[in-house]
Amino acid sequence: MGGRGLWRLGRCISRRLARSNPAASNPRLFATAPSLEPAELKKTSLHDLHVEHGGKMVPFAGWSMPLQYRDSIMDSTLHCRASAGLFDVSHMCGLSLRGRDCVPFLETLVVADVAGLQPGTGTLTIFTNERGGAIDDSVVAKVGDDHIYLVVNAGCRDKDLAHIGAHMEAFKSKGGSVDWHIHDERSLLALQGPMAAPVLQLLTKENLSKFYFGEFRTTNINGSLCFLTRTGYTGEDGFEISVPSEDALDLTKAILEKSEGKVKLTGLGARDSLRLEAGLCLYGNDMEQHITPVEAGLSWAIGKRRRAEGGFLGSEVILKQLQEGPAIRRVGFFSTGPPPRSHSEISSSSGEKIGEVTSGGFSPCLKKNIAMGYVKSGFHKVGTEVKIVIRGKSNNGVVTKMPFVPTKYYKPS
Amino acid sequence: MALKLWASSAANALKLSCRASATAAPFPASSISRCFSSVIDGFKYSNSHEWVKHEGNVATIGITDHAQGHLGEVVFVELPASGTSVTKGSGFGAVESVKATSDVNSPVSGEVIEVNSKLTEKPGLINTSTYEDGWMIKVKPSDPSELKSLMDSKEYSKFCEEEDAH
Repeated sequence: MGGRGLWRLGRCISRRLARSNPAASNPRLFATAPSLEPAELKKTSLHDLHVEHGGKMVPFAGWSMPLQYRDSIMDSTLHCRASAGLFDVSHMCGLSLRGRDCVPFLETLVVADVAGLQPGTGTLTIFTNERGGAIDDSVVAKVGDDHIYLVVNAGCRDKDLAHIGAHMEAFKSKGGSVDWHIHDERSLLALQGPMAAPVLQLLTKENLSKFYFGEFRTTNINGSLCFLTRTGYTGEDGFEISVPSEDALDLTKAILEKSEGKVKLTGLGARDSLRLEAGLCLYGNDMEQHITPVEAGLSWAIGKRRRAEGGFLGSEVILKQLQEGPAIRRVGFFSTGPPPRSHSEISSSSGEKIGEVTSGGFSPCLKKNIAMGYVKSGFHKVGTEVKIVIRGKSNNGVVTKMPFVPTKYYKPS
Repeated sequence: MALKLWASSAANALKLSCRASATAAPFPASSISRCFSSVIDGFKYSNSHEWVKHEGNVATIGITDHAQGHLGEVVFVELPASGTSVTKGSGFGAVESVKATSDVNSPVSGEVIEVNSKLTEKPGLINTSTYEDGWMIKVKPSDPSELKSLMDSKEYSKFCEEEDAH
């Protein structure tokens, strides 16, 4: 689950890099938006808390966000898996769709079987375009037949809202009953790791032992009415908590204090390592407008009824790929040498170019290089040996299954 | 060290800021100068954050404390072979952290006479022993006068402060 957040994490502009080393700057690496002065960046309710805790603030999708705190990204990642991490992900965009027809409306835009979701459950889905490509990935939760809650990536906010808004107008003009509310009055926290549930239980009367992966509840936590989803972007058991912004600081402090040090504030750097270890896509890297959910290995997210009926943008392309197989596929790699990075070329062992890395790095947990990328179908089987070209040199790699680190989602036994 | 930020890497290299000491000027929270990095008197420094220790006919080269602090935990080091020529200001290898890849430039021209093979097994020496066991290459300088144009420890400290203030 997950796959949201960290839009263009690596495309932060370094103004000093551009000034002192113009030769080293690469136009490909610059965000399309102009560089914002620190004063122009949006701040979450927890901004000052991040700075107090030694947060190294970086611009991210127009927000000032903590990349890491005093611990290294490596230690932060390990701590989340051993104990728990608390992430401020308020830059992401939460919204509610309401109305009698909100479910059929959303189904025109996503691949999920929204009608088939039990109330109080959610799922990862993909917003598609006419060519079957991904506009964004999102976790949607059916609160009830007339209320859907969803969260989209910070970097896709404007694009997604324009897309949803335009389709909603068209839907309403044909008599459909649906409306929306963007939850800018709320902040979003992610609490992830084996200690997430025990700590959260101290702050809520909700029986978390009966609250499973993918489920959604509106519930009181630390005195605030929160939207609670048992989901995340790390592969660990954990929660995303949407809290009224005026209560976000108190809730954060309560979680940290009640945990007696077991929960640590964790930044976007570790968040990226965690999601990569969990084999989760980062929109903008591993999924883009021209990549379909089938190519991305997310066919499981296309509801069975949706495969039979279609009815979402790009369904003809996607259904064809489901029948015939896609031409490219997302796979995971282990490799030796330097860590592969986005856009590193992948060749077959005989030197034929077969694909490209879309995310890569050094895994803090496995202490080795991990990467994901796309290869031509035929080269996607686990065990296939490849070469990954980094800075002009060929390094040995092998296709491996994902997740790289086993997931620990809380499911009924 | 010229910093190349790959599309999936974070900007932890140069965009970092942290809380100023109480005596620092009142900058806004998001652009406060970094806590002081260490320098060694007697070494020379380049404006791309490499240090040089020049003894007799040998120049030992590594990256500075300021650089390793910004880079984070080093996980891989790419070094040239002995016998390779290096040119002042040009790249000779790279240093990788969890999130970013950085080219390393040679502050002097010459021939590589030794590389630190310990860095293959223990790349973290660059973080823990930046000016001693974390050395990267030893060069026989072809033009020792190049060293004159490098910064001394005071000039380099000032250079880092100015960089971090932005």
